[in-house]
Amino acid sequence: MVKKRIKIVIYILVLFLILGKIQAETITLYSGRSKSLVEPLIEQFEKETGMDVKVSYANTTQLASKLLTEGEKSPADIFWAQDAGALGAVSKKGLFAELPDSILSKVPETFRHGDGLWIGTSGRARVLAYSSERISNNELPDSIFDLTQTKWKGKVGWAPLNASFQAFVTAMRGQIGDERTEKWLSDMKTNGTIAYPKNTPIIEALAAGEIDLGLPNHYYLFRFKKSNSKYPVAQTFFKVKDPGNLVNVAGIGLLNNSNNPENALKLIEYLLSAKAQQYFVSEVFEYPVIEGVIPNSNLLPLDELLEIVPKFDLNEMDDLEGTVKLLRRVGIM
Amino acid sequence: MDSSTLVENLFRWRNVKLFLNTVLLTLGVLLVDILLATPAAWLTTRSDIKYKRTFSILCVLPLAIPGYVMAYAILSLGGNNGIFLSIFGRSIHRINGYWGALIALSFYTTPYLFLNLRSALLGLDPSVEESARSLGYNQWRVFIYVILPQLRPAFYAAGLIICLHVLGDFGVVSLMRYETFSYALYVEYRLMFDHNYAAWLAIILLTITGCLLYTETHLLNRIELHRAGHGTTRSPVVIALQRWSIVGYFYLIGLFIIAVCTPALTVFLWLVRGFETSVLDGIFEAFTGSIGIAIPAALGCSLLAVPFSYINVRYATRLSNTIARIPYIIYAIPPLAFALSIIFFLPRTDGTVLVLIVACILHFLAEAIGPVRSPLYQVSPNIEEAARSLGCSPFMAFLRGLLPILFRGMLIATALVFLATMKELPLTLLLRPPEYETLAVNVWDYTEEAMFAEAAPYAFVILIFSAFFVGLLIRKEK
Repeated sequence: MVKKRIKIVIYILVLFLILGKIQAETITLYSGRSKSLVEPLIEQFEKETGMDVKVSYANTTQLASKLLTEGEKSPADIFWAQDAGALGAVSKKGLFAELPDSILSKVPETFRHGDGLWIGTSGRARVLAYSSERISNNELPDSIFDLTQTKWKGKVGWAPLNASFQAFVTAMRGQIGDERTEKWLSDMKTNGTIAYPKNTPIIEALAAGEIDLGLPNHYYLFRFKKSNSKYPVAQTFFKVKDPGNLVNVAGIGLLNNSNNPENALKLIEYLLSAKAQQYFVSEVFEYPVIEGVIPNSNLLPLDELLEIVPKFDLNEMDDLEGTVKLLRRVGIM
Repeated sequence: MDSSTLVENLFRWRNVKLFLNTVLLTLGVLLVDILLATPAAWLTTRSDIKYKRTFSILCVLPLAIPGYVMAYAILSLGGNNGIFLSIFGRSIHRINGYWGALIALSFYTTPYLFLNLRSALLGLDPSVEESARSLGYNQWRVFIYVILPQLRPAFYAAGLIICLHVLGDFGVVSLMRYETFSYALYVEYRLMFDHNYAAWLAIILLTITGCLLYTETHLLNRIELHRAGHGTTRSPVVIALQRWSIVGYFYLIGLFIIAVCTPALTVFLWLVRGFETSVLDGIFEAFTGSIGIAIPAALGCSLLAVPFSYINVRYATRLSNTIARIPYIIYAIPPLAFALSIIFFLPRTDGTVLVLIVACILHFLAEAIGPVRSPLYQVSPNIEEAARSLGCSPFMAFLRGLLPILFRGMLIATALVFLATMKELPLTLLLRPPEYETLAVNVWDYTEEAMFAEAAPYAFVILIFSAFFVGLLIRKEK
């Protein structure tokens, strides 16, 4: 009888151990990146490692707000964001742990946080999109500063409420100073630049003939071209080092109070592996953050891209507050 | 942010402009809704046109289309790349700005008024109209002077919900590029560092809501619509339209074509432009996820709406009036802020479906009150009194005397909340457990990445199942 009881106790203990082990191999990920883009990658990671990744997908900014509200009690191990601004807000509150050098060293400095609190996972470039029906190549403006010319009056679209636009303005302030940035913004406003809520409507408005030029992120157009190769919109970069050529990053950070930092780091590492980076390039049409990825024929190779982008510091990208102040003063929001 | 900058930001000329824009849009939407919904509700209840139930379902359907999908649809009609051009060979201007926002919001808020009016019209006591007729009023004057005044509670309840919808909408107005007050609010909530200013904006929003509620309470005060004499209400008389019936059919079909077929056509075009069967993999999971929230939330709201309406109509004191208005205040809180405050108070934040359902019930309760309250105004307290005198306990009197009469209103309330929850987004996004999928989340996820072909099947399932469910409810009402 006693033996039997001991046996049962042992079984229960073993069961707990197994459960505990399962518990330990679950990672909770807050993903501000769309499910439609990254789910295959997560599934591949789960298959290869046998770990279980619980993903909460939502809007990047909302997830950042959620993390800030939850604070210490957040169940999240990792936060994967679509833009540097949200990562900046979370790291400013001290919620991120420092990443190990083995991970940081994989990615060029341009694409990671200076103190190693978060790291870029893929690049998303700001581009000049234009109507391929109404605008010929030689008409295209050379620089973002040309968009304030009267010939583009009421013909340009932008998305000032959008996180990636605001990141671009933040970077622009870093390069040319607040004063010139404010001047450019207010000139753009006077020139009748049309404000759209986000990038997709800019592309649609270009096709519909509402505007001739637009300032979106680079990857949306490919999705339109995928279902309709004759979609009447094209895109290009401005001249070398123009502030309009900013490359923003989607990035990831490990939360301080993660229950499971080792496995969480494995996921981060996986996202920086050649395989995952190749996925971003071929399937999501984004720029890689590591060398040695076969370039997508639609995209510039990484080294060429790095030559044309302006110099910017991702650490400065968390001054969203200053940017918003500027946008408010100009009356854009 | 220090207080001087706060004040400076708050009382900017721009905010005044946004406020005026909001008022203009709200009034416009109310007007269009009244013009669209009143004839539709009358035709589907009191006239002799055929297929009344089918038409009722069709009139409710715009509610199943997420606002931003409606906006995308209206936008994609015009322009060089528009649907108009590909069908008729001529391009029209893109509809946007005030008119675009007005059209899109009117279409998808009309069902609120339609359902409230419908529920009230079905419960009208025909003897009042008959007296009016016998005193020499013609049909038209009966409608203006006898029927319309009896519909006041329905108009107020739906009007309130519609106003709050317009106040809170960001998806439609931003795509239409018409800047309303919610613009300011949305922008501020998106900026994580500055909840101070955002909170003030939300307080302004709640103050406006408070004013609306106060007006509504005032207007509803001392409304007594139930019959004073003996006997029970007969079912309403049906009016023969004769040669006008063709106009009635045209009107209802026209409404359906414009408000449902247009967005459905756009979604269909998304689908044919790049459909891949692999998208369908997750559709069943998303479907069960959606109804797993929508059905309990809808049932919960329609049950909870009963006590709120009951104390409001039968024991109209200042206290009960206030309590009955609480759901509207909750409804007016921006959902994102509401979700964050729930997260703030939760001990564990992994989120369970239960939390999400409770949040949806709290949020959508206001939508359920109108349809339940309307029949209460039409029932004489004599019914409960009679039940009491026959030996029923107060609770049994309510259960056996009143509940059967409220049943129709509760069905409509269930339908409204169900449709609203099927397309709910901000609460679901933040409060759902990891990997819990709904149809609306998938539509959002794909459209956000400009993958419209992939979003389309999910939008269609919402539409089709909503039609099915509303059909089921409308069949149940007698």
